[in-house]
Amino acid sequence: MSARHGPGRGRPSPPPRKLIDRLYDPRWRGVAAQVLVGALLAWGMFEVAANVARNLEAQGIASGFGFLDRTAGFDISMSLIPYANTMTYARAFFVGLTNTLLVAALGIVFATLIGFSVGIARLSENWLIRTLAASYVEVIRNIPPLLMLFAVYFGVLKNLPQPRDSLALPLGSFLNIRGLFVPAPLWQPAMWIVLAAVVAGCLATWLLHRHAARELDRTGDRPLVWPWAIALVVLLPAIVGAVSVLAFGPLATFDMPTPGRFNIAGGISILPELVALLVGLSLYTAAFIAEIVRAGIAGVPTGQREAASALGLSTGQTLRLVTIPLALRIIIPPLTNQYLNLTKNSSLAVAIGYPDLVSVFAGTVLNQTNQAIEVVTITMAVYLTLSLMTSVAMNRFNDRMAIKER
Amino acid sequence: MKPEAFHAGAITVALAAVLGVLGAINEPAHAQGATLETVKARGVLQCGVSTGLAGFSSPDDKGGWKGLDVDLCRAVAAAIFKDDSKVKYVPLTAKERFTALQSGEIDLLARNTTWTMSRDTGAGLTFVGINYFDGQGFMAKKSLGVVSAKELSGASVCVQTGTTTELNLADYFRSNKMDYKPVVFEKLPEAIAAYNAGRCDAFTTDVSQLYSIRLTLGKADDHIVLPEIISKEPLGPAVRQGEAQWANVVRWVHFAMLNAEELGVSKANVETMKGSDNPQIRRLIGEEGEFGKALGLDDDWAYQVLRLVGNYAESFDINVGAKSPLGIARGQNALWLNGGLQYAPPIR
Repeated sequence: MSARHGPGRGRPSPPPRKLIDRLYDPRWRGVAAQVLVGALLAWGMFEVAANVARNLEAQGIASGFGFLDRTAGFDISMSLIPYANTMTYARAFFVGLTNTLLVAALGIVFATLIGFSVGIARLSENWLIRTLAASYVEVIRNIPPLLMLFAVYFGVLKNLPQPRDSLALPLGSFLNIRGLFVPAPLWQPAMWIVLAAVVAGCLATWLLHRHAARELDRTGDRPLVWPWAIALVVLLPAIVGAVSVLAFGPLATFDMPTPGRFNIAGGISILPELVALLVGLSLYTAAFIAEIVRAGIAGVPTGQREAASALGLSTGQTLRLVTIPLALRIIIPPLTNQYLNLTKNSSLAVAIGYPDLVSVFAGTVLNQTNQAIEVVTITMAVYLTLSLMTSVAMNRFNDRMAIKER
Repeated sequence: MKPEAFHAGAITVALAAVLGVLGAINEPAHAQGATLETVKARGVLQCGVSTGLAGFSSPDDKGGWKGLDVDLCRAVAAAIFKDDSKVKYVPLTAKERFTALQSGEIDLLARNTTWTMSRDTGAGLTFVGINYFDGQGFMAKKSLGVVSAKELSGASVCVQTGTTTELNLADYFRSNKMDYKPVVFEKLPEAIAAYNAGRCDAFTTDVSQLYSIRLTLGKADDHIVLPEIISKEPLGPAVRQGEAQWANVVRWVHFAMLNAEELGVSKANVETMKGSDNPQIRRLIGEEGEFGKALGLDDDWAYQVLRLVGNYAESFDINVGAKSPLGIARGQNALWLNGGLQYAPPIR
């Protein structure tokens, strides 16, 4: 095409360039500068690490990650994975991690539910609802989260009965200041058959749904799916369950909570610390989410809604098909921030005695091993990873919700 | 300015900054053995204390600090500056204390800290003495009807994180084959409040602290300190490792207070003791010998300590003993002459 692309054709190839020429080539210089800065940065980080290692050795402080294999020797009040004090520090780390994940995941769900409700309530036509929602937001988001946790925690403790006056609830459950105690199911093998039936039902429903969408594209008519979906997801496992109960006996036996010398023993206990942390974090974050939701809905141009009603969509359809999809595009990016904040704020758990990662690992394990640098580095890496993972998931969601330009 | 020239300039500046930072961090955070000089030059001793533990280190109603550990800080300041008020108290949580000392934020850690092997050898610290022999115990509500820690199987126990307490608790229940549910708090006030609210059956920490906390729980008589002592908790001051001279200063200030009690020298009589014929007393208060020189202090260092702070018995009685609300008996903390464990090498 052009002479630049064909040095061998007609024109002589340019002479080999000298180094001094390259200094005047902005592209070459740009690359060289970046390589130089990159190398300096790498060298700087290496020096920092080496300096830390040198000083640790000079001060006689132990280092390395070998401690993770040593016996932990302490108990943890709540664990989602099997744990005993004879297990390793690495195991204790995972107990703390799962406890943090539990709070973060449940907190995000609750905060979203409360936040969306309050945010929509702020736009209500009803004066009372609108004002209540507005005062909730203004009060809650102006209180430091730590104070909120203390208030909720000691508020919860004040109102729960002492172990000896435990409140007996239906189904063999108990409630007292040590937590809510519910029967713990011990799954029997027959349960796996039912579980398999549930999975198969969901899979079949999904396939059916895809088929229906294709039919809609092809013929313009969508076959009725939901009666089949209910049959597959609910009835199928129920029938399979009934049959397997008759054939193999009960799906699960229960470890019932029973009053002991100090407290209720057995069953699953839901700690007041967990409840207080969840309530505190959810209420706090929900106040911010409510504002984001309100802003998102208010940010949808009125013309869009008017156009929707001009097309003959009902109020519900307008909300579902026009307002919310448009509002979501405004809501999702700042919502991600709130999810990250909630996850990071969950580290306040240590203040009210909930055994999260910071309490178990950056607290007890650090105290026992004295290896602050390793423990704190691992803990920071965990929070960084959690935040990045949340970000990635939310960005994916955002991409799906963004305007598709065709 | 042409963009190219700007780039070149920016890179030079960045390079200089990076090299400068590297140069700075290559300097050790604190030169070895220089703490005494640093403190003298600064004109004030930075002393790490607790965030508030009655009897050991707690702020009083006038904004000053009081307690057995605080007295040690004051005594060291008196020995160096002849003025016991030249101390800056840095309140530290159990978790923060060692980092604060390692990083040079404080010169001396006098914060009811247990001397253990891993702390002495693996954490960059040197313990220089024991100013209180303590042990860990349990406190429970009287209404539970528990009279021994051996009956605590299945109990919930409130405990503060970052302490040897947490470890001893685990060891005790493990070795006695008992179950327990720890409820771990970062700060003492929340741990105590949760215990007081009934969240836990028992609260555990060093016995001296249990007595001090019991006073703050409304009706102190509703709570009982169980008789079992489950650990040795020698509490003492610590300095950074590798600071022999500074360690000597703190160690001998503590020994001087003990020797003074043994020799009957107190805040009240230290002036008249200057005329004493007893050679041990004369050496202690600097009338004979040059014992300050090797420490890097004036020879009247111990005299200043006794004049401004007093001997160990006086400090003990006012802060934790008979003349204090805690009313703890001398017990193991009596002088060796009286059947206790407090023993100081002679000044000679």
